[in-house]
Amino acid sequence: MTARMMVSAALFAAILVGCATAPSDERISAETNAMIKASFKARGQAGLDRLDQDDTQRLCSQAAGKAPPKDVADRIEKQNLATIKYPSDGKLIGDWKNGEKIAQDGRGKQYSDDPAGPVGGNCYACHQLAPQELAYGTIGPSLYRFGKLRGYGAETQRYAYGKIFNSEAFAACSTMPRFGHNGILSEQQIKDVTALLMDPASPVNQ
Amino acid sequence: MSLHRVTVVALLVAAFSAFAQNTTVDGIAKYREALQDGNPAELWEARGEGLWKEPRGPNKVSLERCDLGLGPGVVRGAYAQLPKYFADADRVMDLETRVVWCMVKLQGISEADAKKNPFGNGNDKKSNIEALVAYITSESRGVKMNVSLAHAKELEMYKVGEKMFYFRGGPHDFGCVTCHGADNQRIRLQDLPNLTKLEGAQKAYTTWPAYRVSQGELRTFQWRLNDCFRQQRFPELEFGSDASIALTMFLAKNANGAAFDAPAIKR
Repeated sequence: MTARMMVSAALFAAILVGCATAPSDERISAETNAMIKASFKARGQAGLDRLDQDDTQRLCSQAAGKAPPKDVADRIEKQNLATIKYPSDGKLIGDWKNGEKIAQDGRGKQYSDDPAGPVGGNCYACHQLAPQELAYGTIGPSLYRFGKLRGYGAETQRYAYGKIFNSEAFAACSTMPRFGHNGILSEQQIKDVTALLMDPASPVNQ
Repeated sequence: MSLHRVTVVALLVAAFSAFAQNTTVDGIAKYREALQDGNPAELWEARGEGLWKEPRGPNKVSLERCDLGLGPGVVRGAYAQLPKYFADADRVMDLETRVVWCMVKLQGISEADAKKNPFGNGNDKKSNIEALVAYITSESRGVKMNVSLAHAKELEMYKVGEKMFYFRGGPHDFGCVTCHGADNQRIRLQDLPNLTKLEGAQKAYTTWPAYRVSQGELRTFQWRLNDCFRQQRFPELEFGSDASIALTMFLAKNANGAAFDAPAIKR
């Protein structure tokens, strides 16, 4: 940067700071948090504590839909990786038929849902999986032939299970929910969805 | 089966899937097109016009002196410049909040009563607010969206609304941006507008309120936000809350320049 450009930049910054009508980002953030707290009411199973952001949610909100800076992304991924609990019996593959039901089911955790369950993963809302299901969303990538394309090895099984358990461990500020970390799906349910992706007999891999 | 035949079968299956999917998507597009003729929203518009002109409440006056931002009684084009700052209330208001304000101040109806039934449910629970909103918004059809941020409080609401759009929370980490931050996204087969781009914001905002065929009800923008947050697994967004107005301000301003085209009809 030339000295002249630096002076211009400094002047511009000074004008921004001095301008009384331009609210600072920090003030707007504080105001947003206060306004959110005052604008929602607890209903059904959805308490106001759901508005309290954890570190990942706060940092990803700040990133405003873009990839966060590398150091922030690394921090998010490291923190979330540490939360993944693999099954104590070491078995990651459950029943793909049950996994398909979980992938189809969009119920759970809304204030309009029965708190007693059932709770699904709603995978088809965002992903293509078995080719028989035509009504799939496109927010996430296609998972058709997930295992067939990547191989059915132990490492891929661990990745699939871990990704479902806590997606933020592998891609900071992913749009995908952290199904295990946030207690949306049980360990058995995650095994079953892993089977839908990784069992060679699953329709996903045909 | 030879490898060659396996390949041919696989190709045929893939081609059929693509064909079947395109047929499904085309079918939905045709269905939406067919809906455009004879929109039942007109029933809400007519009832709303009646409610606007009828003397009601303890004061037995109509809403015809209500100032929607263009002066008392001016309905034509009013919705296209909302939300805006109202000095009498010292608050930025959207249409629903302003209608409630007028019911309270002009007609003498209590605020609790005025806000009691914002979202209707069948013939037994018709919402006066939805009907009034249908009428008032219909009077902005064809008018270009022209929302101002000239007042400091308007600018502030817009900035807060922008932050809210990117606010991620709840058990699923969802925010508005999860579904509405990129092009060509769908949930199942439902297309999602990219509200971070001019075209997406314009198309989405100018087609609410809308008659929802699946619900048999006319739904306002307040309802749209309320139900988005339900699906985001958040607690319930309160009707007329500041957060709802901030988010409306952000989306309405981003639609500036497009001709308003509602009440519309949606699936």
